[in-house]
Amino acid sequence: MALTIERVTEKLKEKFGDDILDITLNYDFMTYTLKRERIVDVVRFLYDDEELKFQFLTTMCGMHFPDAKEQLGMVYQLHNMIDNVRVRLKIFFPLEDPNVLTLTGIFSTANWMEREAYDFFGIKFTGHPNMKRILNIDEMDYFPMRKEYAVEDATRTDKDDTMFGRE
Amino acid sequence: METILDIPKQEKEYSYLNLGPTHPATHGIFQNVLKMDGEKVVDAESTIGYIHRAFEKLGERKPFYQIPPLTDRMNYCSSPINNMGWHMTVEKLIGAEIPKRVQYMRIIIMELSRIADHLICNSVIGVDSGALTGYFYLFEQREDIYEIFEEICGARLTTNIGRIGGFERDFNETVWRKIEKFVDVYTKVLGEFERLLNRNRIFVDRCVGAGPISAERALNYGFTGPNLRAAGVDYDVRVAFPYSGYEDFDFNIPVGTNGDTYDRYMVRSQEMWESLKIIKQAIQKCDRTGPFHADIPDFYLPPKEEVYTSMEALIYHFKIVMGETDKPIGEVYHSVEGGNGELGFYLVSDGGRQAYRLHFRRPCFIYYQAYPEMIKGGFLSDAILTLSSMNVIAGELDA
Repeated sequence: MALTIERVTEKLKEKFGDDILDITLNYDFMTYTLKRERIVDVVRFLYDDEELKFQFLTTMCGMHFPDAKEQLGMVYQLHNMIDNVRVRLKIFFPLEDPNVLTLTGIFSTANWMEREAYDFFGIKFTGHPNMKRILNIDEMDYFPMRKEYAVEDATRTDKDDTMFGRE
Repeated sequence: METILDIPKQEKEYSYLNLGPTHPATHGIFQNVLKMDGEKVVDAESTIGYIHRAFEKLGERKPFYQIPPLTDRMNYCSSPINNMGWHMTVEKLIGAEIPKRVQYMRIIIMELSRIADHLICNSVIGVDSGALTGYFYLFEQREDIYEIFEEICGARLTTNIGRIGGFERDFNETVWRKIEKFVDVYTKVLGEFERLLNRNRIFVDRCVGAGPISAERALNYGFTGPNLRAAGVDYDVRVAFPYSGYEDFDFNIPVGTNGDTYDRYMVRSQEMWESLKIIKQAIQKCDRTGPFHADIPDFYLPPKEEVYTSMEALIYHFKIVMGETDKPIGEVYHSVEGGNGELGFYLVSDGGRQAYRLHFRRPCFIYYQAYPEMIKGGFLSDAILTLSSMNVIAGELDA
């Protein structure tokens, strides 16, 4: 019998219970919000379990919500290629403590994706073999994708920002 | 006193070769430092980011209809696929229904650009192994594909083709004529190119066994697309999560065995044949006249004549451009089968004019991590061939 998303939810709730903070269906993607400390355990369970077999990491990216209590977040998307099921995992953590456990022990592809999250948001991954910036220059001392940094150069004087909602 | 010249006898001396950011054999701007033991590669370290243009940050600034020029410039060899992927992501967010004719027209454009991408990759594998003639024959066909794009949208390489909901104008007579002529001519040219290289003794000796990767390692590294299919896994987004009407078409997925350069070359070559098959079927299924966009007045600009004469069209035009239309709040992930694999768009919308967060799942970025592992123990010339057969496009690497 092919794996269904309800079975995945059932098994996750059975194993992890309270560590799953929220379960929502977003447009055909079931999203589980977890506690930050359990991310590696949950991914390892999804990878190893005989029935679940989520052995493909599609993507991961960072998020920044300046208005929320826990400002930074990470989103992971896993894929079970045999039964064609996808899940999304989210974790949130405060700006003052941006440390997450690394997934490079399970998926080699997490290496560069975590470096990209570090480069853009400043999220540090404990246990990562090569935690340094990947796309920006090494000397950069701020994290550009955070919401407080504007897209345009703040020192520019030749544009009139009051017209047409540019600010 | 020990100086740097006193190299201990039992320690091996390695040389470091800088396959620098600008190099004629690396197609794009990315750097590799190879640790060599004579001719053999022992280790490699990649540096990327030379063409990073902050697309994810720009995505938070630009309204939805201004994102396609960004997506164009990711995998610039097959930019229509990127554009269509973005349009479909927004259509998924707003829940738009696209007429079948538009879907089939999109499929024709996407398969043409897939042929363009694979054509470039295969002829360049030939060039990198010394066979320059095939390159010229195939690139003439690339010109024909670009003429078709130019007829539809006005641009050749970075096309910005299509709009949210369909196309900006209908395909005219010339476009259909050119597509049909291209299918006929390309069948012959691709046959010629394959007769030149497929069973060529020198080419086979160069490519078989160069840069292999096993299916387990490829899956662990997040490979998708022709690179994964060459390793033996038949994952294709067009079949796994069909979009834009692909479920109505009949095509095969070519799969390799070893995951080496020859398999990647053959998989791409075979995929071009499959794309031709799909285009022929789509030409049959498409009527020459009919709707060329969906009925979504909140997102698709009304025709200019109506904007100048009718009040309603003027208001719609104003609202779309200024971003006053209501957009749903939510997050959506949509993926398409790009030239290099699963190209994904993760869009988080907060109801405003621009996205709250836009993340591109770029296949090149993900599979280029495996390059050091693939070339370890091989020769330098195999390293070059592996790089060109993986079809690493710098625009998609950095975005």
